[in-house]
Amino acid sequence: MPREPLPISTRLETLSVLTADGQLDRALEPAVPHADLRRLYKTMLAARRLDERCLMLQRQGRMGTYGPSKGQEAASLGVAYALERDDWFVPTFRELAGLLWRGWPMHTWMLYWGGHEAGNAVPPGLNDLPICVPIASQCQYGMGIAWGCKLRGGGRVCVAFCGDGGTSEGDFHEALNFAGVYNLPLVMVVQNNHWAISIPRSCQTRAATIAQKAVAYGIDGLQVDGNDLLAVIAATREAVDKARTGGGPTLIEAVTYRLSMHTTADDPKKYRTDAEVREWEPRDPLPRFRAYLQKKKLLDAKIEQVIEEEITAELEAAVRQYEQQTVDATEFLRHVFAEPTPELRAQLAELEAHLAARRPARPPAPVS
Amino acid sequence: MALLTMVKALNLALAEAMRADPNVLVLGQDVGQDEGVFRVTEGLLQEFGPNRCIDTPLAEAAILGAGIGLGFTGFRPVCELQFDGFSFQAFHQTENHVRRFRSRTRGRYTCPLVIRMPYGGGIRAIEHHSEAPEATYAHLAGLKVVIPSGPRNARALLRAAIYDPDPVIFFEPKAVYRSFREEVPDEPETLPIGKGVVARPGRDVTLITYGAMLRVTLEAAEELKDGHGIDAEVLDLLSVAPLDGELINASVRRTGRAVVVHEAPRHCGVGAEIVARIVEDSLVYLEAPVKRVTGYDAIIPYFQNELTYLPDPARVVRATLETVRF
Ligand SMILES: Cc1ncc(C[n+]2csc(CCOP(=O)(O)OP(=O)(O)O)c2C)c(N)n1
Ligand SMILES: [Mg+2]
Repeated sequence: MPREPLPISTRLETLSVLTADGQLDRALEPAVPHADLRRLYKTMLAARRLDERCLMLQRQGRMGTYGPSKGQEAASLGVAYALERDDWFVPTFRELAGLLWRGWPMHTWMLYWGGHEAGNAVPPGLNDLPICVPIASQCQYGMGIAWGCKLRGGGRVCVAFCGDGGTSEGDFHEALNFAGVYNLPLVMVVQNNHWAISIPRSCQTRAATIAQKAVAYGIDGLQVDGNDLLAVIAATREAVDKARTGGGPTLIEAVTYRLSMHTTADDPKKYRTDAEVREWEPRDPLPRFRAYLQKKKLLDAKIEQVIEEEITAELEAAVRQYEQQTVDATEFLRHVFAEPTPELRAQLAELEAHLAARRPARPPAPVS
Repeated sequence: MALLTMVKALNLALAEAMRADPNVLVLGQDVGQDEGVFRVTEGLLQEFGPNRCIDTPLAEAAILGAGIGLGFTGFRPVCELQFDGFSFQAFHQTENHVRRFRSRTRGRYTCPLVIRMPYGGGIRAIEHHSEAPEATYAHLAGLKVVIPSGPRNARALLRAAIYDPDPVIFFEPKAVYRSFREEVPDEPETLPIGKGVVARPGRDVTLITYGAMLRVTLEAAEELKDGHGIDAEVLDLLSVAPLDGELINASVRRTGRAVVVHEAPRHCGVGAEIVARIVEDSLVYLEAPVKRVTGYDAIIPYFQNELTYLPDPARVVRATLETVRF
């Protein structure tokens, strides 16, 4: 028998619980307490409102280049919801909703995009990593964290995120390979939002899905409707439970869509059609989850108004806190090493002298 | 003559080379339909088609690996890396292969590719978009490292880089991309790689710089003249590997004083090599120790505090005064 099929399992599934028009597959509906459903909705909406505010601040010159998460809220939120507090959460830069759920303050997110290192301040008690910009590089340390979780025992897992573009980087593949070899409790979530700046998913890989890349590493892969919060929760729970109990890594492809521009430095009209965006708008995770809650009688106009008001208040407070952030001009020289070298001490003194010489002799009149 | 920004001038150099030689290819992330995140490849997809202006998947190592192999088969690839901060994703290709093939095969295989990337700080970008890693590359034998300072020399140097038989790391100062326009002649021009120019002649002290720091240094030179009656000569190196030691030493021998200005960190920066060349060749001509005005030996701060890190005219003036009053 010179040719015969290889004994490789290639069973791959795609999971959705809520259809775009709010039809529910009851058999697949994850158990989520009603109070949590409302909080999840509030977090998703808060992420959307914060995103909108950041865009506005950028337009007004009050923030730097901003990369919106619009349309992708369910993907990171559902993942975050399925984790324990002391599990590890390794984001890239479109996990706003998930970070809010984990407990990252709104203003910290603003500080990051506003050009302050304070935007990396990990809230106490969380095993989360800050935003990661070099594409897919975070997959590697996410894998290492999962390894540490395994060696330490105690059932902690690590979830790491990357984008569809990120799956073309070596780091993504190397991390998955290690995770497979050492059977690590890693859940790798790819937010396939169909674009990597101007490069469509179809030009990123010849493969029909990203989930199938798991096959080559001998690990499980699962595609999920990333705009369906319930499906993301169900998929992540499955992967996390498996990882916790020694079952190894999972690659989850969360199929979603970048409804907004790549960043404020980008003009998507150059490379994608409005028609495509319009096609995806009805699948927006926010109204979809809202419709589900309305059907469940968990939301009505009054509750929604309360939620909106709460978010507005939180957002205003966050913007104030963000804009009150001061800059300590010499701080960056104090965090190079645990113990500064003589050269760094000299450079600090040099900088302090330079700043003192530049400072006006009399303090400027206060701006009203 | 046309009045162009550096972005437009670079675009012109690419189009000229692609028109002149069908073996010149441009490849990188978002260089096609999007015309490059800074629009340096504007119009190239339209004019030359997707086989010569190539949008790649998101993988820097593959972009350079492809460039090496395309080079072996007779093409002249111009690889675009989206930001200098992400050139390290391809560093093993640069270090292990791009710079070595000529030597390893004693010239049988060479890497005539150009590796272009936006370089340096000053555009209020998020992290990993503001570093100045030229010394890292200048330290690798087999690589030429070019850093233009304005539209006209950018166009001439990119042309030189494309026709150079060896690999050229071509750093494009982001802060200069659109900050001013310059007359660029209609006919293609070339500038020799490895040669600097006198950007401003002077007698009292030599200020040595390159890239976006040229403007800062020229501004300092004006202030030195107006405020202190000091006539500074400003050298624009244009290449940091090879380094124009002849130009540097000739000037320092005349002025007897030197200050080096770059935005990259001080430790093992290009300034260290410049000072070493001066000390080796012109020590007896020196009237004062050579000063360096550089970035600090720390991670460049996020953009709210970026300007604290980048050398400004005041720092250049102060260092120069110390040198002159030594
Ligand atoms: C290593 C690296 N190369 C290039 C970039 C520039 N860049 C930022 S985001 C991006 C596209 C990322 O696409 P994808 O992984 O799909 O994530 P998305 O932006 O769609 O969330 C690119 C090329 C980068 N940040 N890191
Ligand atoms: Mg994407």
